[in-house]
Parts: sequence; C-alpha cells; structure tokens
Amino acid sequence: MLVLLGVLLVVAGFAVGLNPLLVVLASALATGLAAGLSPLEVLAAFGKAFNENRYVSAAWLILPVIGVLERSGLQEAARGLIGRLRSVTFARLMLSYLLFRQATSALGLTSIAGQTQTIRPIIAPMAEAARAVEMGVAEVAPAEAQRVRAFAAATDNIGLFFGEDIFLAIGSILLMVGFLEQNGITVEPLHLSVWAIPTAIAAFGVHGVRILGFGRGRGRS
Amino acid sequence: MIGLTQVYALAGFVFAGFAVLSLRDPANPRRVRNALFWGLFALSFLAGDRLGDLGNGVLVLIMALAAALGLGRSGTGSADAEARAASARTYGLRLFLPALLIPLMVLAGSLGVRHGGPALAALVDPKQATLVSLGIAALVVAVLSVRLFRQPVLSPLTEGLRLADTIGWMALLPQMLAALGAVFALAGVGGVVGETVTRVFPMDTRLAAVVVYCLGMAGFTVLMGNAFAAFPVMTAGVALPVLVGRFGGDPAAVCAIGMLSGFCGTLLTPLAANFNLAPAALLDLDDRFAVIKAQAPTALVLLAVNTVLMNVLAFPAHP
Repeated sequence: MLVLLGVLLVVAGFAVGLNPLLVVLASALATGLAAGLSPLEVLAAFGKAFNENRYVSAAWLILPVIGVLERSGLQEAARGLIGRLRSVTFARLMLSYLLFRQATSALGLTSIAGQTQTIRPIIAPMAEAARAVEMGVAEVAPAEAQRVRAFAAATDNIGLFFGEDIFLAIGSILLMVGFLEQNGITVEPLHLSVWAIPTAIAAFGVHGVRILGFGRGRGRS
Repeated sequence: MIGLTQVYALAGFVFAGFAVLSLRDPANPRRVRNALFWGLFALSFLAGDRLGDLGNGVLVLIMALAAALGLGRSGTGSADAEARAASARTYGLRLFLPALLIPLMVLAGSLGVRHGGPALAALVDPKQATLVSLGIAALVVAVLSVRLFRQPVLSPLTEGLRLADTIGWMALLPQMLAALGAVFALAGVGGVVGETVTRVFPMDTRLAAVVVYCLGMAGFTVLMGNAFAAFPVMTAGVALPVLVGRFGGDPAAVCAIGMLSGFCGTLLTPLAANFNLAPAALLDLDDRFAVIKAQAPTALVLLAVNTVLMNVLAFPAHP
C-alpha cells in the first residue's frame, strides 16, 4: 500500500498548484523509497527512464519551422482568409476540423496535424477570426480568445483520441492484441478496431453538439 | 541508416542553438538559467546514452530545479505585428504551402519507408519512419520558408526559441511524466491499485462489473496519466475474470471499449501533459487547466456512452 504514496503526492501536488516538475521528482522519490530502493537507485532509475523517453521531447523539433512561418505572417494570413470567407463560421470550421482529425487518425495519419503544427499557427487564429465576425467586432476580447483557443485545442485531442483506435496498427490496438495473447485469447486487430467505430460516431455527435452550442453562445466581451 | 540517433542529434543541435541564443540575450534577465536548461536538454539528446543512468538522473534533477526556479522569456525573435501583417499581405495564401508540405512529407516518408521497397527501408529505420520524416520535414521546410519569405538566416532558431520560451518549463514535463510512469511500474503501483479496486467494489451483477471496468479504466488513467498503464491492470483484474470469464463477454469488444473509456480519462488528467497542459502553454492561456476544462464535458458524456455501449454490445449471448 505504501507505494501509493507517490500517486497521492502527484494528485495533491497538482491540485494545490505546486510546480509539476518538483511534484514529479518528489513522487518518483517517494515511490522508489517505498519500493525499497535507495535515493541514488531511484535517481538512476528515473534517469534511465528519462533517457529512454527522449522521443517525447523530440516533438519540439517542429518549433523552428512553425516559428519562421509565424514570423512570415501565417497567423495573420489565416485570420485574413476567414475574414474573406464569410460562409466559414466558427461552428463549420470546428466541425470540419473535428471530422478531418478523426478521419485522418482512423487511417493511421495521426502525425499530420497537431497542437504545435496546426492549432497554434492556423486553426486557433481562424477560430478567433470567425468568432470576431459572428460577434460583429474587429477582434475578440482577450477572455473570449482564451476560451476559443482552449476549445480548439480540446477539439484536436478529441478528434485524435476517438479516431486513432479505428486504425489497425496503432499502439493501443497492438497493446491489446499482445496482452490478450499472453492471456491465451487470440483476437484479430480488425475485431478490436471495429469496436472503436460506435464510440467514434458518438464522439463526433457529442462534441459536435458542443461545437454548435459554443458557436451559438454570446461569448465574453 | 537514419534512425533515432540522427533525429536526436538534430534536436540536440537545435536545443544547443536555443542555449547559445538565450545566453547572448541581454533582454532576458534569467538568461543564464535558460541557457543551462536548454544546454542540458541538448546534452541529453547529443550524449544521453553515454552519461549512464545516474548521470542522466543528475541531469534531469538539475534541469527540473533550474526550470522550477523560473525561466525567463527571450527578447529576440518575432518581427513586430506590422511586419507580419505586411508579409501576410505580400505572400497571402502561399504562406499555407509550407504548412501543408510538413504533413505531406511526413505522410510520404512514413508510407514510403513502409511500402517503398528494400532500398528505402535500408536507408531509414522502419520503426522510426514517422519521427525521422518529421525531423527531415521540419528541417527542409524551415530552410525553404526562410528562402521563400526572405527571413533572416538565423530566424528558425530565434523564432523557435520564442515559441520554446512561451512553453517554458512545460517543455520538460511530458518526458518527466513518462519517466515517472516507469518508476511507478518498477514499484508495482499498478498491481496495488488494481487489487484495491477489485477488492473494494462489488461486481455481483454484469452491469456493476461493466461500470467498475469502464470507470476504473478512466479513473486509473487519470491517476497514471496514460491509458496504456491502466489497461493491463484493469483488464487482468476485472475484464478477463469477471466480464469475459463469468458473464461471457466478447473479449475484443470489452477490451476495445475499455481502452476508449481510458482515453476519456486521458482527456481529464493533467498527468497527460503533452496533450492537456503543453497546449495551454503553447496557446498562451492564463489557466493551466483550460484545455482540460474544455474537454471535460465531452469526456464525461463519452464515458457514460462507452459504459452503455459495452453493456449493450459486448454480450452477444445474453442481451
């Protein structure tokens, strides 16, 4: 039971707003000590795992090119495009993006869009511009801009999560096939991925209704 | 063969560039700390395999302490709003072409290596095809954009640093959480949580067991930050013995919908930092949890939907 101390530390630390980096270090130390490791052994185990997970941070390689495009005016061009295309409302933009993200993820193309490469430079500015047109202002108020951006980021995650499991060779499907095989049950990847389709449809419906609601709302000024 | 080593080296050089630029930035009052942070990040990517386990532990400890003390924002980078607007008027829709070229190159690269015959497969490590393609696309399109839009030669680094400083210490959190997951696994945290769940909650009826499994997958994912960590524990503890063994559920439907219940948990937890917290930093949101709050209603409704779907769809023999 003592090893759960680390989990409690993480939950409490994040809840009271301590710096998450320190919370993670403290949790790793508590968990390791509870499991009978010495502090140096915990540090070594953490360092080893940190090194093995470098691919997580390799994603930041995309920052320079996105930065250059932003400096060249990509966000402004995205906003300007929406200003000219009056038929592209906030709701239509977000619904199209949700469908695009779900459909491409279902084909295994999870890396062709994302928060850094799509939401920040293109979709979020477009969504803000579309809201501004709907609200009849030149630029949305800062509070509304924050709300719109958070919603755009959420839409990307939801599209990704409830699309990717339809693809046969995605990590989670392979994990399930392997785990079931270890337990003496053979399933085809296809049988797992078809069961992701009802939830994917429900996700489009549920989040789609929320998008329409957001688009009809009056927003913050 | 091009694989992780080369991608890590490229990332290492980019981060080293961030460190040098940070150090030489008089407008940043915390330039030494920023330079230390990005310098150690560069060291990890260039030489992490040669530092040893303890060496890597010390490295991440120093990085985390430096970042937790607070990093500054660079004063370099970004042309003013007027210059950006003028550039947007000059180049118009052409600005979208490089942005579209990145996904196309990633797509072509990963498909090409997988299906392009032995020559390509020998050139690029097939297991890392996506990451390698992303690295090459990031490099090629950055050079192309500098030329097309007449930007300064160093602008990929100065502008990359501007974005990196927007993200700040959050840039380190996803990798640290992944490492924490490994320590949890080492200490057997998953097993203890799984035992507790199966001991505490009654599963006399099929519906009760379905609810325990779906909510358990989501709740456990919230605590561990990752549905992959929750899946083996909850499935071995609840799904296989009770839902499949006792109530005759279809293992494929039970597992698939269970995993998707876990994904609902991923949308709710700050521990999935790369999906939930990093975008909030990247989009300059005041509330660190704004993205989670925007996701929560959808995630909670879908969790209920998944529970119903499993109860209805996964038991063909006893509807």
